[in-house]
Amino acid sequence: MMKERDLFAALPTIDEAVSRRLHQRLVDAASAAGLLDVAYRTIETPVGTLLLAATPKGLVRVAYASEDHDLVLERLARDVSPRILRAPARLDRVAREIEEYFARRRSTFDTPLDLRLSHGFRRTVLSHLPEIGYGKTASYAAVAKAAGRPKAVRAVGSACATNPLPVVVPCHRVVRSDGTIGQYVGGVEAKHMLLALESAA
Amino acid sequence: MATKRVGVSPQPFEEIVAEHGPTVLRVCRAILGRVDAEDAWSETFLAALRAYPRLRANSNIEAWLVTIAHRKALDHLRASRRLVVTDELPERPARDGSPEGWESGLWEALEALPLKQRQTIAYHYLVGMPYLQVAEIVGGSEDAARRAAADGIAALRKTFPKGESR
Repeated sequence: MMKERDLFAALPTIDEAVSRRLHQRLVDAASAAGLLDVAYRTIETPVGTLLLAATPKGLVRVAYASEDHDLVLERLARDVSPRILRAPARLDRVAREIEEYFARRRSTFDTPLDLRLSHGFRRTVLSHLPEIGYGKTASYAAVAKAAGRPKAVRAVGSACATNPLPVVVPCHRVVRSDGTIGQYVGGVEAKHMLLALESAA
Repeated sequence: MATKRVGVSPQPFEEIVAEHGPTVLRVCRAILGRVDAEDAWSETFLAALRAYPRLRANSNIEAWLVTIAHRKALDHLRASRRLVVTDELPERPARDGSPEGWESGLWEALEALPLKQRQTIAYHYLVGMPYLQVAEIVGGSEDAARRAAADGIAALRKTFPKGESR
């Protein structure tokens, strides 16, 4: 005798096209209802796959693959909102800007930023980083001074290490006073690559 | 995945959709048929997204979603006045279960069953819920839920005798 469960195992699985259509419909409805708190997508770049996440306020997170994108999304669920959906269209503009940056057709980013993941002095540091121009570098000590706490060199280092918006907020332009490159959230190799990209322009 | 979880932080909703979307669609389809199923699925996940931040940690997410889908499907049946308050089988000729059309024919055969049978079959067989949990959603006792599903299965067997060879 046939088992009942097998009877239903014969039902066709949901095909890919239906899944995509339903997902898009959910994204649209969630957007319209103001329920899409965090939209995300990934983008392929010369420094690997980057995760981009945005709130209605602006870009809230850029993450390197080495940061573990699943883990980053879980932290966004905890720290911003669990109402998170993959919604590439919501990040079209920033994706285009990043592509232009890697193609050396853009030296500053115009996309709105949401700095809510950074607090206190770290946030102050991040707000000063765009002052370091494209193709230039500044030492951790110089940034500490610009941020109003010249002795807080180590704190500048941790602000850069925890930058929620690498590439777009240019912590890669902060290097050590002795001229060596220093650490980077995306790895030293990625930092070299970004600085080389900018200096070649 | 589970080992990487950050404390008790909630899963991103995207994961919920990926994990449970297909099951919820099968449930909607079994209860409503092809056309209305996608509407009910969309309404289910939009309602779930709205309520999600307030969902208690360690909730059974699948049961929560099925409960929402259950209500959304009832809304559709009411709106289209297909909600027939009877346990009688509708008078509809049984389709012959040709092997090629077997799968899609099964959906149609499900549609021909009374509502309670469709619901209990969907929740027990498509989702895998125990009858006690099925009864909590459809109302009535655990035994009544089990009987309704058994009656539905018996009717499906009549429509699809060839299914037994599989």
